[in-house]
Amino acid sequence: MDHFARLGLPAALELEPASLDRAYFALQRQWHPDRFANRPAEERARASAEAAALNDAYRTLKDPLSRAFYLAELKGVALPGDGKTIDDPDLLMEAMEAREALHEAQTVEAIDKLAVEARDEVKQALGNLGTLFLRGDKPAIRKALLRLRYLDKFADEARTRRANLERSSA
Amino acid sequence: MTLLEIHEPGETPLPHAGEGSLAVGIDLGTTNSVVAIARQGKPAALHDEVGRALVPSVVAYPGAGGVRVGDEARQLMASEPRNVVASVKRLMGRGAADLHAVAGVLPYEIEPGTGETDMVKLRIGGKARSPVEISAEILKALRNRAEAALEKPVERAVITVPAYFDDAARTATRDAARVAGLEVLRLVNEPTAAALAYGLDKGSEGLYAVYDLGGGTFDFSLLRLEKGVFQVLATGGDTALGGDDFDRAIAERMLAERNRDGLGDRVDEAAVKTTLALARHMKEQLSDREQTSARLELAGVPSFHALGRADFEAMIRRYIGRTIDIARDVLRDAGVTAAEVQGVVLVGGSTRVPLVRAAVARLIGRPPLTDIDPDEVVALGAALQAEALTGGGDSLLLDVAPLSLGLETMGGIVEKIVPRNTPIPVQLAQDFTTYQDGQGAMAIHVVQGEREMVADCRSLARFELLGIPPMTAGAARIRVTFAVDADGLLTVSAQERTTGVAQRVEVKPSYGLSHEDMADMLYDSLEHAEEDMNARLLTEARVEARRSLLALEAALAKDGALLSSEERAAIDTGRARLEAAMAAGDRDEINAAAETLETLSKPFAERRMDRGIRDALSGLSVEQLERRVGE
Repeated sequence: MDHFARLGLPAALELEPASLDRAYFALQRQWHPDRFANRPAEERARASAEAAALNDAYRTLKDPLSRAFYLAELKGVALPGDGKTIDDPDLLMEAMEAREALHEAQTVEAIDKLAVEARDEVKQALGNLGTLFLRGDKPAIRKALLRLRYLDKFADEARTRRANLERSSA
Repeated sequence: MTLLEIHEPGETPLPHAGEGSLAVGIDLGTTNSVVAIARQGKPAALHDEVGRALVPSVVAYPGAGGVRVGDEARQLMASEPRNVVASVKRLMGRGAADLHAVAGVLPYEIEPGTGETDMVKLRIGGKARSPVEISAEILKALRNRAEAALEKPVERAVITVPAYFDDAARTATRDAARVAGLEVLRLVNEPTAAALAYGLDKGSEGLYAVYDLGGGTFDFSLLRLEKGVFQVLATGGDTALGGDDFDRAIAERMLAERNRDGLGDRVDEAAVKTTLALARHMKEQLSDREQTSARLELAGVPSFHALGRADFEAMIRRYIGRTIDIARDVLRDAGVTAAEVQGVVLVGGSTRVPLVRAAVARLIGRPPLTDIDPDEVVALGAALQAEALTGGGDSLLLDVAPLSLGLETMGGIVEKIVPRNTPIPVQLAQDFTTYQDGQGAMAIHVVQGEREMVADCRSLARFELLGIPPMTAGAARIRVTFAVDADGLLTVSAQERTTGVAQRVEVKPSYGLSHEDMADMLYDSLEHAEEDMNARLLTEARVEARRSLLALEAALAKDGALLSSEERAAIDTGRARLEAAMAAGDRDEINAAAETLETLSKPFAERRMDRGIRDALSGLSVEQLERRVGE
């Protein structure tokens, strides 16, 4: 059973966080091992496996980026492993320039600006991705997902750098 | 018609009938421990005979023999420092290599573990004892308190642990409970328990943070509360940071002042313990006033020390700063800003320090919640969870794995399989492959921690997957599966997928107890079996006596008119004797008094029975009677 089906949700990129939570909480109420504390070992084991599968599904679908990757996998889009290779020359250039800018940013404000830009780009790219999925354009989905993976990593690096900078100045 | 109620022998017609053994909540703290019980969603801490809820987490093995726990043990600190252990929780699941974390805190002789286990042992009262064994004494004392207060056997418990406790420390806690004869229904993270205590009380919804600064550990957790669901979003902490550090800072200053004044102390264990106790007292005083002073006497030489709140705050600022850094990291992990947090719950005695409250208020931008006693709130939440697990309550707790779990790969790099803050229970798998042509085995090294290199993480277990058929390098598909249960405990399995060769280990952390140690401890507890058994029998006798007294009272209230005044007086005397015997705690006397009372009230019981039958049959025709008998 795929993660969407397990939670009783349509397999789509668009997903209201509130409806995901609602579905997840309702099913955990039913399957969480705490509900089976006084039941025979066999039932407990089954509940535990079900709760674990629900947690995996929830965790995967909750984050829009990981949801996008999962959906792509379901739709048969082939992505390179979690390697750091970027095989798209445009993306490679964008990444190099952004890294340089981050390296040169010496204030919290300057880093914040870069991080905000990266987050906005993520939002925009995710928005476009919805259309690509509807069109079923696999090469375009692949290209967009690789860019999203890079942008996410970049936002993460910016956050870490900001935290380090804050700490050393505190 | 009214049917006569006939009960199973030994059962009672009274409230709480059939409520087998009870499940309690236990906060096994670094400095203090608390046991609590919840009924119908109302938790209450259990007190001793003078009304104290806190049991100091101090264990003494006095020269005179026996074991003392709590205040009695603490009183022996000055006279027999070598026989007293405090803050043993800091050593749970710790190996000799971790001791830098507690160096200077514990003036005991520490021995590295032997054989299967690396967990340290303490030489106390002339014997090497493991932290598990010492913690078990505290748990036994809590269990005894609960049985005395509830007049019922207590065999099951929810025990809280710091969210940041790793697998080794969690396993050690479970082992300690087992040695104390308690079945652990669930290990619950302390901050989560605190949130349970607040949430159920108020029916709150939204994002809440729990800032828990105890004697020896710090935790910060972020939770979402929604319609009875407690969802932990992220958690972080430091297992070696707490109020004890504040005490130590004050103590070091006092000793430095004496040194400056040329008092020439020989700082031995007794001196350290005396100074620390005084330091703690000064710290507590500074929670309500700006200035305090104290007289310290070591080896007959007195000295006087004054401490202002501002000075104290300067001494502890760096510790509090570290807690705030951790809190920021947790918020960042969850992708939440401080402004979105609707409230912060304070837990742990160290949150009484005004600077702590001020720092938390500044971080979140609103005053923290403090209406539940920070020393009791964790045990109260644990009690609620114990009730929920044994059939009551409708709340649901969704917790997370507090630390990342992973495997060692080539070059000593960690590959994370279960990232921290993953909701549990969970089962996650990843495929690995062989490095050399014809490689027939694969070493699996399981580690826990956030760092990238194995050397910086905690090693949990090692095992080998054998019997991989010869293949070229990179052709084998080894699927390694990590399963974390609802207690946060890990099982790892590995399988070669092309052939199905499989291997599975329960992760018994390298720092856990060896089987031999466990056997020794269970054997030791057998040595005390007679005492334990006597305590158990006394509890049972009391419970039984209470049942018959309540039954008799109910009957007297209803049918007292069936008795002459002489008979009534004799029964009342018998009741008083039984009450007195129960209060005195003499089991033989309780049984004797109960028997006498039964003899005295037997005619009364027979008359009630007769009347019951008469009432049931009166006014019925023979036909009706026959019909009734035939039914």
